[in-house]
Amino acid sequence: MADHGLPLDRVWEVFRQEAQGDPMVHGGSVRAPDAELATHYAREFFGRRQESERLWVIPRDAILELDDPDLLKPPFDRSFKRPGGYVLKHKLEAARGRAGTPPARGSDEGVE
Amino acid sequence: MSDSPSPVDPRAEAFYAHVGSGGKVEADHWMPDDYRAAILKFVEMHANSELMGVLPEREWILRAPTLQRKLSLTSKVQDEAGHAQLLYRVAEDLGKSREQMLQDLLAGKTKFHNVFHYPTRSWGDVGIIAWLVDAAAIVSQQALRDCSYAPYARTMKKICWEESVHIMHGRDVVLTLMNGTERQRALVQDALDRWWGPLMQMHGPPTDPARDRDLIWRIKSKGNEQLRQEFLSIYVPRITELGLRIPDPGLRYDEAAERWIYTEPDWDELRWVVSGHGPMSQQRLEFRRLHRAETQWVRDAVLGPVGAAA
Repeated sequence: MADHGLPLDRVWEVFRQEAQGDPMVHGGSVRAPDAELATHYAREFFGRRQESERLWVIPRDAILELDDPDLLKPPFDRSFKRPGGYVLKHKLEAARGRAGTPPARGSDEGVE
Repeated sequence: MSDSPSPVDPRAEAFYAHVGSGGKVEADHWMPDDYRAAILKFVEMHANSELMGVLPEREWILRAPTLQRKLSLTSKVQDEAGHAQLLYRVAEDLGKSREQMLQDLLAGKTKFHNVFHYPTRSWGDVGIIAWLVDAAAIVSQQALRDCSYAPYARTMKKICWEESVHIMHGRDVVLTLMNGTERQRALVQDALDRWWGPLMQMHGPPTDPARDRDLIWRIKSKGNEQLRQEFLSIYVPRITELGLRIPDPGLRYDEAAERWIYTEPDWDELRWVVSGHGPMSQQRLEFRRLHRAETQWVRDAVLGPVGAAA
């Protein structure tokens, strides 16, 4: 990140939890020379309306980022990793037909 | 703002195709210098406006009529100062330091919105500003939640939510005055008469969408005239239903054209005011300079000698 000419001043990323049980969601960032002041700023910017259950304040340079599409969005068929990758409807009908049985209750749910 | 992009670099061409089709950009993505400069200028002007925008209202904190109003107004001023902080952070990540942005603002090199260059003469102004200036601002800010520069778009979601509180505070002030005495109603009408011109100028003159770079690059998703039309559609009925008179004899809704007709705003006044020649421009900048000098000891104490040099 850009050096603002103030080695004592760092950027801190703030994550907030809106309600109990919610995921921590990125809220924005603050600039502060130390953890104590960063926490005060985070509280003022992201919690002064009682809109947060919890805040995480993390030095930006401590975050490990991975955004390489070769690793995260590889161009191969990964449908076998998702429920929709399995097409069962016709196989199920064929199997019932062979067994001579009516559909069991709830058996067709989620079946494509 | 008027030049169409003419990408020659294939990387720039791919970038503009990406933002043109609704793609998002993050702070650490590669971006052409033109785009970086345009988004930085936009966000910096917005940050400056939030910072300067607290001054007209700040003058009324000590004169608020009740404790409840004083709490609301103080809270609003704190919100706007907080918005400035968030927006300067977004701008900083684009490569310009906060110190430099503050210096440029105080030196009159960069701008802030026209509405913050005018005086606040009465408590009626406080209501009109919080209700209608914030309403006009939120119309454009809501459109910025779709901005191609994602860190700005995310910040606008938070800011819009807080601005909606300000509008209710302003509307409450106006309604209370309108339900009061003849003199209180006259106070609101007088404030509206003085603020209507700046309000109509606030979104800027209409631009040609085919040549407006901010639109083409999806920095903003709606043009100036569209924003003004939206503001008029929502707020003209809400203003007139209170018995207030809008000081524009030419204002009417054209059913056939489905648009508001109004007297041409004074664009010369807009240009003159935002370039630092408004009735309060220099006084407010001087206040900021004085305040910055007076608080230097805090930055020295917190940042040490390195910060003191900045």
